Amino acid sequence: MKPFDVLIVGAGIVGSAVARECARIGWRVGVIEGGTPAGGATAAGMGHVVVMDDSPAQLALTAFSRSLWQQESAQLPKSVEYEGRGTIWVAADDEEMADVRARQSLYDEAGVQARVLTAADLAHEEPNLRRGLAGGLVVPGDSVVYPPAAAGFYLAEARRLGAEVFFARALSASQGQVLLSDGERLVAERIVLAVGTECDLLPALPIQKRKGHLVITDRYPGFVHHQLVELGYLKSAHKIAADSVAFNIQPRQTGQLLLGSSRQYGNEEPKADAEILRRMIDRATEYMPGLDKLSVLRVWTGFRAATADKLPLIGPAAGLSDDRSLWLAAGFEGLGITNAPGVARLLVDGMLGRESAIDAAPYLPARLTEPARLARA
Amino acid sequence: MRETLSLTINGASRQVARGTTVAAAMLLAEQPCRISVTGEPRTALCGMGICFECRAVVNGVPHRRTCQLLCEQDMAVETNP
Amino acid sequence: MTRTEVLVVGAGPAGIAAATAAAEKGRSVIVLDDNPSAGGQIWRGATVGVPRRADTQKQRAIERLQRSGAHLLAGHCVFNADASGTLQTFGETASGSVAEEFRFQQLVLATGARERFLPFPGWTLPGVFGAGGLQALVKGGYSVAGKRVVVAGTGPLLLAVAAHLAEDGALVSSVLEQASLAQLAPFAALLWEHPAKLVQAARFRAKLWKTSYRTGCWVVEAIAATGGPRLAAVRVTDGNRTWTEPCDLLACGYHLVPNTELAALLGCKFRGSFVQVDNAQRTSLPNIFCAGEPTGIAGLDAAVVQGEIAGLACAGRSDASMQECAAAERVFASRMEKAFALRPELHSLPRPDMIVCRCEDVRYDSLRGHTGWTDAKLQTRCGMGPCQGRICGPAIEHLLGWRPVSVRQPLFPVPLDALCSHDETRKIDKLSELIEEKA
Repeated sequence: MKPFDVLIVGAGIVGSAVARECARIGWRVGVIEGGTPAGGATAAGMGHVVVMDDSPAQLALTAFSRSLWQQESAQLPKSVEYEGRGTIWVAADDEEMADVRARQSLYDEAGVQARVLTAADLAHEEPNLRRGLAGGLVVPGDSVVYPPAAAGFYLAEARRLGAEVFFARALSASQGQVLLSDGERLVAERIVLAVGTECDLLPALPIQKRKGHLVITDRYPGFVHHQLVELGYLKSAHKIAADSVAFNIQPRQTGQLLLGSSRQYGNEEPKADAEILRRMIDRATEYMPGLDKLSVLRVWTGFRAATADKLPLIGPAAGLSDDRSLWLAAGFEGLGITNAPGVARLLVDGMLGRESAIDAAPYLPARLTEPARLARA
Repeated sequence: MRETLSLTINGASRQVARGTTVAAAMLLAEQPCRISVTGEPRTALCGMGICFECRAVVNGVPHRRTCQLLCEQDMAVETNP
Repeated sequence: MTRTEVLVVGAGPAGIAAATAAAEKGRSVIVLDDNPSAGGQIWRGATVGVPRRADTQKQRAIERLQRSGAHLLAGHCVFNADASGTLQTFGETASGSVAEEFRFQQLVLATGARERFLPFPGWTLPGVFGAGGLQALVKGGYSVAGKRVVVAGTGPLLLAVAAHLAEDGALVSSVLEQASLAQLAPFAALLWEHPAKLVQAARFRAKLWKTSYRTGCWVVEAIAATGGPRLAAVRVTDGNRTWTEPCDLLACGYHLVPNTELAALLGCKFRGSFVQVDNAQRTSLPNIFCAGEPTGIAGLDAAVVQGEIAGLACAGRSDASMQECAAAERVFASRMEKAFALRPELHSLPRPDMIVCRCEDVRYDSLRGHTGWTDAKLQTRCGMGPCQGRICGPAIEHLLGWRPVSVRQPLFPVPLDALCSHDETRKIDKLSELIEEKA
């Protein structure tokens, strides 16, 4: 039997996007999923397609990937619920307003449309925010999607183009061979690990779990118009050790509100943490007092895959492993949904040895190895 | 205590016996409690607070389970959009 | 935050019996129920008017509960609990809403059962109700006098519902039981061994002398009036012949499914769909007991006996004669289960365009082709609405064989600020404040 050109472990949004991209260039593609497709990090996430500027490399990747979402938005099925809501980064005080203005210039340089909002503008755009906030930064090109449907769409497209899906767990993946839990052994030139936080196939994968909480309400259409994120979110996402919460709310197409966010380390317990939940809700109601009466339908947790330098791992596993068949699409932290289409392009470019639309070097897994670090020092 | 009370359902005044649930009052008034996601009129199904088909707007607050709620004087009830 | 030795969830027959037994033996007991008053479903009190017939068994049970020293807290809905000994409730009263936390040493789950709904074309039409559902709404003040009613589905509940509706003045034209006469016969024969149950059944039949009671029949479609979306008739079949019956209302339910969400959230072990318990009603978790329908659909008498056993066990006591009663009721329960087993033809009720998930209007054809409950839920939103899969879950299990997987808090929709854990009981201000903020 002819081997696969590529086997992708994980049918989440990233794995599915990679599968579609590989199928598009005519490769023989296999996707391996041991649980429910998109049932892991993809289902837990918020579906916020957002440009983030924690670093130039993060800005480049999120802006690039966001443009791919925009280009494709008209072709996405209704179930994906793509909406160009835009983000408003909310500033609570003058110090944060200064931050807003700095960000506006940064985005302007990077070609990302962003506009400063005064306190009056902010109140006009989002009447349910409390009075007394300083203003904000509106980024109109950001959007909101329903991630499991997007992943489902990518996977269906990949299948339409000939990809095969294997519903079994991958017990091992190395040297071009994947052994499945049903006993089948698949052979491929390349193996891509797109496994969220489940790293047992490659224990050397430098991924840490960062637990998050989400709350979804019943339908309140018009309560919130944009995705609203407090500027403190960036500090929360930037921290690599302490537990933190930050106000982050998303209006869904159904009129439901999706509320986050929290980050915890060293906590692998899937159950909701009462104390963190309380802090998250208290933080949210500080920004939007009317929230506390809204009816909540569900609470859940999820695990983001975080790396030490806050950039994902996209490319050959060289450096982390001698296995030349292994490729990684991992470590997306809170940006897996945003980056899925961009990652798929970068990864396939890397496999074909062709240049990417953006510089792929910052995301190469090899950067995290000792020699690379020494070279940079 | 008066044996009957009056409330408004979708703007129209209705008299009901004290002790009537809001869901029952809406059924008596032949008004749907809510409109479904695809536009169907819905009324209470399970009568015991489980199905949430009886959700209506009560005194301006949406998503109130009316089969568990007793009518009160001057209550304003509207079909949940 | 309120501490108690014994916390009982559910003030139906099982919960009342458990609370009474534990309190009479000296334990401090609190009973919680989300309804405005005690009774659960089978003993649901009418909130309107004067009760037609005094239910002496219920009255005696409630009076004994009141004398026992147990505290009944009505209007408390349990949305979260932990096996380590905490439980959170939310309730709306006339004066506002309250989120409370309880600490318990022992917990008795007496959460009862709910009707099983099987979707059929037209089941979302106004005029279609559950069987127990319509009865509950009548007790809540809805009048069915002069209305033409068809009662359908399966289970001993159908006759009770039909009788109650007839008493309210409805014209109950038919009671349609899907089980065949042959399947029912052993159960009917069993009633001879239980005179009290037989008398009850006969009383129902007496009220319904004008009603045709047909076995082996079921509703295949609810038909709308030409004027608009409301029920005008039902299409019925016996597997061979199909005919139409005009009606104003349809009361249709397919027996009961246990309310086991709280037990699942706590982490109790299950035996199939039911909570696993030993002879003292102990679950797999220490200090957590379960009595009544969640351990097996077995009816009123079983619930009362099991409740009493659980309550006594909380007080460190037991009673051999009650164990015998419980065993006898288990026999009754298994006969009942066989009698009202769902026939295979009910698998072919659905049409592709028929709504299965009512909260999100998910149709049957969009559900098929998924790998299981979680996959279907993620891709179609089925089960993501406020009922949290309680209505569509049993239907989907019946049609597609998928069992809903995990249960998370909140068990019921609650306001956001009720989710915050607090050490003291918090009084949440009136919901009407929200109107002012939005204005």
